[in-house]
Amino acid sequence: MDSGLGWLGVPLAVVGGALRVSTPFLFVSLGECLTEKSGRINLGLEGVLVMGAMTGYAVSYYTGSPWLGVLGAGFAGLLLGVLHALICNLPRVNDIAVGIGLMLFGTGLAFFLGKPFVQPSAPLLHAIEFGAWSDSTQIRSALRVNPLFIGGILLALSMHWAFRNTRWGMVVRMVGDSADAARAMGYSVNRVRLMATACGSFFAGVGGAFLSLYYPGSWNEGLSSGQGLMAVALVIFARWRPIACFWAALLFGGAAALGPALQSVGVTGGYYLFNAAPYVLTLAIMIATCSPHRTLAGAPGELSVTK
Amino acid sequence: MNSRKSPVTRRSVLKALALTGAATAAGPAFWPRAEAAGSLVVGVIYVGPKDDYGYSQAQAQAAAAIRKIPGLTVVEQEKVAETTDVQKVMASMIEQDEATLLFPTSFGYFDPHVLKMAEKYPEIRFAHCGGLWQAGKHPKNVGSYFGYIDECQYLNGVVAAHATKTKKLGFIAAKPIPQVLRNINAFTLGAQSVKPDITTQVIFTGDWLLPVKEAEAANSLIDQGIDVMTMHVDSPKVIVETCERRRIHVCGYHADQSALAPKGYLTGAEWNWITPYTTHVKAAMSGTSMPNILRGGLKEGYVKTSPYGPGASAAARKRADGVKAKMMKGEYVIFKGPLKDNTGRTVIPAGTSHVQTDVVLEQMDYLVAGVIGKV
Repeated sequence: MDSGLGWLGVPLAVVGGALRVSTPFLFVSLGECLTEKSGRINLGLEGVLVMGAMTGYAVSYYTGSPWLGVLGAGFAGLLLGVLHALICNLPRVNDIAVGIGLMLFGTGLAFFLGKPFVQPSAPLLHAIEFGAWSDSTQIRSALRVNPLFIGGILLALSMHWAFRNTRWGMVVRMVGDSADAARAMGYSVNRVRLMATACGSFFAGVGGAFLSLYYPGSWNEGLSSGQGLMAVALVIFARWRPIACFWAALLFGGAAALGPALQSVGVTGGYYLFNAAPYVLTLAIMIATCSPHRTLAGAPGELSVTK
Repeated sequence: MNSRKSPVTRRSVLKALALTGAATAAGPAFWPRAEAAGSLVVGVIYVGPKDDYGYSQAQAQAAAAIRKIPGLTVVEQEKVAETTDVQKVMASMIEQDEATLLFPTSFGYFDPHVLKMAEKYPEIRFAHCGGLWQAGKHPKNVGSYFGYIDECQYLNGVVAAHATKTKKLGFIAAKPIPQVLRNINAFTLGAQSVKPDITTQVIFTGDWLLPVKEAEAANSLIDQGIDVMTMHVDSPKVIVETCERRRIHVCGYHADQSALAPKGYLTGAEWNWITPYTTHVKAAMSGTSMPNILRGGLKEGYVKTSPYGPGASAAARKRADGVKAKMMKGEYVIFKGPLKDNTGRTVIPAGTSHVQTDVVLEQMDYLVAGVIGKV
C-alpha cells in the first residue's frame, strides 16, 4: 500500500465514484426514457430497482451465478412493468398514481421477500481492470469498471440509434407523440406502451442488480436511497435523449462521490451539504429547465406532465 | 412498508388508557395483569432487520438467549421506524401479546415515544438501550441500559496500531453524537498508546444506514492510504466487505463480522446485551423495582471483543490482552489528562482522570488530537 494522493485524490475519487455509482442511475434513466418515449410515466422504477436488487441477490445466492442474478433481476422488473402497463391500459387510470403505488408495492415486496437474504453473502459480479497499466492502487481502483456499466453505454448508444433508425423506435416515438396518429396507422397504442414499459422496467431491474451484486454489493433495506426517483428527474434533465442520460448519470454519480472524497482529504466542514449534492443538483436542474412559457423541448407529446 | 399486525387505533388506545386509569383508581386487585407465577412476556423492537451483522443483530442475540429462561415468552418486531410507528408497535405488544417488559432497542425511540407510552402504561417496564434516562426527569418504569464499548474500541486501536504500515487509520461514522465521538477518540487513543504519531481520518456519512455512501467513504479513505478501518454505523457489513475486497485490515463493530472478512478482520468491538437483558427479566419476574440505570464495560460483561483474526500479530495480541486484563480488573483509565482535542484546546487537564462511569464522558463533544475531522 503506497501513501495517499492528497488533493489529487478528490478528482480521482469523483471520477471513480462516477464510474461506480452511476450505473444504477444509467439503467433506470434509460428504462424511464424508453417508457416516457411511449407516452407514459412510470414512477414505480424506484420499487422496481429495489425489487431487482433483492431478486438479483437472491438468485445469485441460490444459483451461485451472479449473471443469472442479473437476468432474474431484469425479469422481476419486467413483471412489475407489465403490471404497471396493464393497470394503465384500463380506461381513465392515471399513470403517475399507479407508479407511486408500484413504487410502494415493489419496495414493500422486496423487503418482505428479501428478509432471509440480509445475512448471507452471495457471489458478486467481477470487474474489468482498466487500470492494470498503472502502479497506483488508487488509479487501479478508480478504473475498475463493471461490465454492466459498459453494457449501459452500449444500451444508450443502441437506443439512440434505434429511436431514429428502426421501425420499432419510430413506432414508440409516434405512440408517445400522438396516440391518434398511431391509431390511424393501425398500431395498438396500449400494446406498444406495454412493451415499452416492460422493457424499461427490465432495465431498471438490471440497475438494481448492480446495486446488490456489485456496488455496494450487499442486500439490505437501505440499499437504494432514492436512486430510482432521482433517475426519473434525470430523464427530464437529459431531455429524453439516451446519450444525454449517460452523461447525466455520470454527473449524478460523481456528485454522490464528492462528499466522502472531500472528507477523506480533510475538508470536514459542511459534509451534510456535500452529501446533499446529488439532491441539490436534482433541484437545480428542475428549476433551471422549467419555464411557464414553453413546454420542455424534446418532451413526448402524450406525456401527462406536459399536456 | 412496515408490516403491522393489527393496527391499534387511537380509539382503542384511548379506551385502554381510560381502563388503565380506572384500574389504577380501583386498586391493584382489579388489575388482572399482575406478574403471576413467574410467567413473563417480553417484547423486543428493532430498528433494522435482526440479522444485519450490526446493531439489531447484537440485540437479537440477547433476545434469543433470554428465550431459554423457563416461563418466558419473547415477541419481536423488526424494522420499526423511529416514528409514531414504534408507539403503535409497543401498544399492540402490550394490548395483544400482554407483554409487560419491553425492549425498544433503538436510540431514537426514547424521546418522545417511550416516554409517552411509559406514561400511558405505568405498570409496564420499558428498558431502553442508550444512556438517556435521568432520575427525577423521566418515569420510574423506564430504564436505560448501555455498555462502555469504547473499551473495546480502544483495544481495536491497539491491535490496529500494530497492523498499520501507513500509520493512517480510518473511521466511518454516522453522526457526531457523544457515543460515536467517544468511540472515535478511544480508538485513536488506543492506537496512539502503541505509536503516538498515528492519525485517524473520520468520515461522517450523515445517517445510520447508507450503504452506497458507506462504500464510497471506505473507498475514498483507502485511496488516501488508510490501511486499517473501523466504523460506527448500524450495519457494518458493506464497509467490512469493501475493506476485504480492497485488501486492507478492518476492526468490527456491534457484532462479529469475521465471517465477512476472513483475511482482513483483526478483532472487533461487540455488545454483550445478554447481561442487562437477564437483569431486567429477573427484576420483572421477581417484581422488584425497575433497574433504571444499567451500565457496564468488559468487567461487567456488557461488551466483549471478537476473537483475533489472522492479521493480528502476536505482539498485538499480547499488548491488547494486557490492557484488557487491566480493564477487567477496573484498573485502566482511557480518558485522562493531559488531553488535548484536535484544535489544540485542553479538554482534560493534567491530573484529572475520568473513569468509565463518569457522566462527563457521556457529554463528549470533541475529537482528540490526532483525529482528522470536525464535529
